[in-house]
Amino acid sequence: MGFFQNLLKKLKFNPFGRKTHIKLGLYGPPNGGKSTLANRICQDWLGEEMSSVSHVAHETREIKIKEQINIKNQKGKELTFSLVDTPGIATKIDYEDFLKRGMKKGVAKKRAKEATKGVIDSIKWLDNMEAVVVVLDATKDPYSQVNITIMGNLQARKIPVLIAANKTDLKKANLDVIKAAFPQYDIVGISAKYGKNVEDFYEQLFKLAK
Amino acid sequence: MVTFQFVQYQDVEKLGSAMRVNKLLNIVKENKIVLMEGRLTKQEEADLIEITMQEISPKFKGIELSVVYPDKSKQDAMQKIKGSFAKVLLGDRQGMTIIGPASVVKRIEKNPDKIELFTKEAPVTNKRYRKKKR
Repeated sequence: MGFFQNLLKKLKFNPFGRKTHIKLGLYGPPNGGKSTLANRICQDWLGEEMSSVSHVAHETREIKIKEQINIKNQKGKELTFSLVDTPGIATKIDYEDFLKRGMKKGVAKKRAKEATKGVIDSIKWLDNMEAVVVVLDATKDPYSQVNITIMGNLQARKIPVLIAANKTDLKKANLDVIKAAFPQYDIVGISAKYGKNVEDFYEQLFKLAK
Repeated sequence: MVTFQFVQYQDVEKLGSAMRVNKLLNIVKENKIVLMEGRLTKQEEADLIEITMQEISPKFKGIELSVVYPDKSKQDAMQKIKGSFAKVLLGDRQGMTIIGPASVVKRIEKNPDKIELFTKEAPVTNKRYRKKKR
């Protein structure tokens, strides 16, 4: 029996058409709002927070997982997933940036070291994901190579992707630029901090998990 | 002074992924900006980030990376066919990869049609400052 289950899993064959439980990853560059979104999801459906958030980049420096989040839409459909909050992916980490934020040298160096390990873990965990929400800061230039590399690696692994263009509460947010940069993906504009348009985001998750 | 080093496609063509990534990163660690003909695969780009993170130290603060590649959605059928033939015969030489040390390159901004590389200003020494005041 185990053999056939493994075979079906390998062939990605699901006789019921819809996955009932998936591993959903939150990916993106640092300070895009991944942990804020993780907290929003957990607050809305579990009544508790998942991660600490900060204006200082690389606040999340290790993979965090929340198991068994069950969401329902207005039509009564249910989706259960494990939520994986990942450290932001970056190509450079300078401990002096943390010094400028008022940290002591030892603390800044430790944070930088942990942040580099976090980036490595995020990349390694890509292979474990069944669906990914890429969280981008809608006020920033989406054409960064980090974003393109993340999207390219997800595409190469055939992992379904939803882009959450976060921080739409800010005046500088520009959803059109993100749509122009990634026309082949579903994009939903949200403010994870204030819960703006999260209903639409949850609806898109059902589409993502198909 | 900023130094650019051009890496031809044929210089990295026959190297394995790990060797290719390490070769590029070693040049960057010499404080040079790499201009590579063609591009890395998506997996190699991820490997480059991963290895960069392993190498980060108070001296080496990481990289700035950008890839310029022709937008295939803007190509007509003939251009796509020509591109595919060229890829089969010569390898994927289209586009260009730019990798610079984060201590030299502040940021690389890319729009679909142009690429801008901003370098960090060299620190002004006291000697120079005094000269200016005179």
